[in-house]
Amino acid sequence: MKKLGLIVNPIAGMGGRVGLKGTDGADTVAKALELGAEPVSPARAVETLRGLKRVGVELQLITYPVEMGEAEASEAGLEARVIGHITSGKTTAEDTKRAAREMLEQGVDLILIAGGDGTMSDVIEAIGTQVPTLGIPTGVKMHSATFANTPQTAGEVAARFLSEGLPLREAEVMDINEEAYRENRLVAKLKGYAWVPYEPVMMQATKEGSTGYELADQKAIARWVVELMERGHIYALGPGTTTRAVAEELGIYDSTLLGVDLIENYKLLARDTNEQQILEVIGKKPMTITVSPIGRQGFILGRGNQQLSPVIIKRVGKGNVWVLATPHKLRATPTLKVDTDDAELDREFRGYIRVITGYRQTCMVKVV
Amino acid sequence: MSYQQARWAEPLIFELSKPGRVGWTLPEKPRERINVPKELLREKLELPELSEPEVVRHYTRLSQMNYSVDSGFYPLGSCTMKYNPKVCEELAALEAASYIHPHQAEETVQGALELIYRLERCLAEIAGVARVSLQPSAGAHGEFVAMLVTRAYHKSKRDDKRNQVIVPDSAHGTNPASAAMAGYEVVTVPSNARGRVDLNALKATVSERTAALMLTNPNTLGLFEDQIINIAGVVHDAGGLLFYDGANLNGILGKTRPGDMGFDIVHFNLHKTFATPHGGGGPGAGPVGVQMKLEKFLPVPLVEYDKKRSRYYLDYDRPHSIGKIKGFYGNFGVLVKAYAYLLLMGGEGLNEVTEAAVLNANYIMRKLLGVEGYELKFDASGPCKHEVVFSAEPLKRMTGIGAHFVAKRLLDFGTHAPTYYFPPIVPEALMIEPTESESKEELDRFVDALRTIFEEARSDPDKVCSAPTATAIGRLDEVKASRQPILSWRAYRELAKE
Repeated sequence: MKKLGLIVNPIAGMGGRVGLKGTDGADTVAKALELGAEPVSPARAVETLRGLKRVGVELQLITYPVEMGEAEASEAGLEARVIGHITSGKTTAEDTKRAAREMLEQGVDLILIAGGDGTMSDVIEAIGTQVPTLGIPTGVKMHSATFANTPQTAGEVAARFLSEGLPLREAEVMDINEEAYRENRLVAKLKGYAWVPYEPVMMQATKEGSTGYELADQKAIARWVVELMERGHIYALGPGTTTRAVAEELGIYDSTLLGVDLIENYKLLARDTNEQQILEVIGKKPMTITVSPIGRQGFILGRGNQQLSPVIIKRVGKGNVWVLATPHKLRATPTLKVDTDDAELDREFRGYIRVITGYRQTCMVKVV
Repeated sequence: MSYQQARWAEPLIFELSKPGRVGWTLPEKPRERINVPKELLREKLELPELSEPEVVRHYTRLSQMNYSVDSGFYPLGSCTMKYNPKVCEELAALEAASYIHPHQAEETVQGALELIYRLERCLAEIAGVARVSLQPSAGAHGEFVAMLVTRAYHKSKRDDKRNQVIVPDSAHGTNPASAAMAGYEVVTVPSNARGRVDLNALKATVSERTAALMLTNPNTLGLFEDQIINIAGVVHDAGGLLFYDGANLNGILGKTRPGDMGFDIVHFNLHKTFATPHGGGGPGAGPVGVQMKLEKFLPVPLVEYDKKRSRYYLDYDRPHSIGKIKGFYGNFGVLVKAYAYLLLMGGEGLNEVTEAAVLNANYIMRKLLGVEGYELKFDASGPCKHEVVFSAEPLKRMTGIGAHFVAKRLLDFGTHAPTYYFPPIVPEALMIEPTESESKEELDRFVDALRTIFEEARSDPDKVCSAPTATAIGRLDEVKASRQPILSWRAYRELAKE
C-alpha cells in the first residue's frame, strides 16, 4: 500500500487577508493574530483530503499531530497514523522541517504540504529531493512551481500519482524576501528544487510542437544549444534545470543548479562563479550567456542570477544572451521581465526577444 | 431528438472464422505460372474463413458503429468536413477514370491528362497563381513541397543564409513540422489581442535569415488577417517568401485570392475545400501553386498541351525542378472528384459556397454568444469567416468541466465534436466549422446541445463527465491506446499469449 505524508502549516496564509503579504517569523504571526487573522490553511487542506477521499485510493496516511494534519484528516473523515509531537498553538518552521525528516524515515511515497513558499523552502531545506512533494496552495506568497492550482486539484494529482503513477519533474522553490515585499519590492530567490508529480495540461501541448514532457523538451533545447556552441567561445550557464540540461548534454553532471557555470570547448571551465570571476574571463574570449526564466514571474535577468551583473550583460551584449524555455514554461510566463538594477539596460531588453523552445525551434516573446 | 448509435458486440473477423467455410472459390490450378520470390512464399496463409454474407454483415455492422459526414453534423474546425456529393464519387468510379493504369502510354490516357491540365488551370485561377502541381498527396505533403520550393528558390539566388521559417502561434501544427522536415529552424511569432499576427513582433523577427512566413488566412481563429498587405510587405522586404496554407480556403473562395494578397506559394486541400472525402489517412490531395518566379522549381512532371500535335503530355524536361515527390501523378481519383465538384459548382457556385459557409459560422457565433459558459477570447466585434473558436473557460471556472468533456458529451447528441484544445492560444478551445452543407435546423440543434451541456454541467456534472454513453464505444483509455496500440491480428494474438 502507498504511503502518503501530510504536513499542514497551520499558520500559512494568515498574513494575507490582514495585508501582511506573508506570515514568516514569529513576530509576523503575532501581528497577524493581533489584527484578527483567522487560520486559512487547515480548511484548505481539508478540501484536498476530501477530494482525495472521493477518488478512493487505497493508502496509508501519515501525518503530524493536531493542527499539523491530524485534525484536518479527521475532519475529512480519513484515518491517519500520527507521528511526532508539537506544542499545539505554537508551531514553527522547525516543526515543519522535523515532520518532513520523520516522514522521509517512514518511507512515504509523497508528501502533501499545505503552506506557501516559506513552508516549501523549509521542507526542501530538510529533505531536498529525496521524496516527491506536492504543495496545497494555502500560503500568501506562492511563487514556487510546486503548488497545484487549487486545493482540489492537489487532491486529484496526489490520487493519480499514488494510483496510476505520474512522471516527476523538478519544480522551482522560490522564496520572496517578505521584508522587501512589504515595501513593494520583489526580491525573489531561487531556494532550490523539489520533485513534483507532473500532470501535463490535457492535449494542448502536442499541437504546439511540445512533447508535453518537461524533461524531453529540455533535452531538445539542450541538443540544439550544444549544436550552436562554438569552440574558443565561453558560455555562461545561468541557474535552473533547463540550463543544467545543456550541461548534461555535454556530459557534465556536476554543474551547479543554482549558480552560474562557465563552459569552454564543451568542458566545464569554472563552477558556481561570482561576478568577479566572470569579469576576469570576459575580456579574453567572446562570451554567450544562457538563461532561463526563473519561477512564475518570467524574470530572465536580475532574479536568481544576480552574478550576471549589468556590467557583464552589457559587455556580452543583448544579441549574445540566449533565453531558453520549454513551451510549457512559456505558457505559464507569456511575457518575460528583466530587472538588472540598471534601468538603461532593462530598457534595451524591452520589446521582443527570441527564446529557444525546442530543437531548432524558437519563439518571439515580449519582454516588458 | 435522442440519439443512439448502433452498438454491436462484433467479434474480430478472425474470431468469426470457421475452418472450411468459403465465400469465393479460387480456380484449382492457376491459369499461368507466376514466379513468386521465395521469401514471399507461405505454407499457410491463415486467412479467416467465412461465407460472403458473413463478411458483408460483419463489415456492415462495423460501418454502422462509425460516424461520418454522411451520418451527421461534423463541425471539425479547420478540417472543412463538408458533404461529399455522390455524383463526384460516381464519376470517379467510371471505368475511364478508375481502370486506367499509370504505366499506360500517354496517347491512351489523353482524357486523364486533359482533366489534370484543366483542374490545374481552375486551381490557378482560384488562388491567383501561375502554375499548380497536383502531385502532393496530402495537406502536409503540400506544405513540405512548398518548403522544398522555397529552399530551391533561395539556393538559385545563392542565398544560403536563409535558414528560418516563421509561423504564427495560431498556425497548424503541420506548418512547423513541414518547415523542420525541410531543414529549417522554426520561429514562432505571437498573435496580438485581436487574434491576428502581431506586426511589430513580425518586424522584430524578419532578417536576412528569413526564408519564408507560413500563414493561414483566414487564420485558425476564423479571423481574416486584415494586415495581410503589410505582412506581405514586411516579409518581402526582408527577402522572404510568403506561403499560404490552404486549410481555410473555404472562407474566401471567389472573394479574394492568396495571389492577390501577396502570397508566393499556395497549397490547397482538395479533401477540404473541394469536397473530396477525408478519411483514414488518405487518400487526399494537397496541390501546390506558385507565382511565375517559382514555376521552374515545381515537381516533375507537369501536364502540358502540345498545340501542334493537339495532345497532352507529361513534361519531365524541367532542369530546375525539385524533382519527383510522389509515385506517378498524384492521387488521380481524388483529382477527378475535385474537378467534378468544380464543374458542378461553377464560379458563381463557389462564391455561394463561401457565403453560406461564412454565414453558417456567424450564425453559430452570434447564437452561442448568448449561451452562458462559452466566450470568445479574441476579436468579437466583427464577423468571423468560415469558422469560430469559442473558449469553454467560463464553464470550466463555474463547474470544473472543460472543453474535453463538452466534446465527449456532444457525441451523445449525434454530433461530431468540434476540434478542441486548438489553436493552443485559446484556453479550453472549441473550434467550430459548420461548412456550407448544413441547414439552419442542424445549426440550431448544435447550439441547443451546447446550451444543454452547460445546464447539465451545473445540475448533473456526472452525466457530462461519463459521456459518451449513446455511442458504440464509450470512454477509451486514451493513454493506453497510444502507449500500447494493437493494430493487427498478429499483435492481438501475441498479447493474448502473454
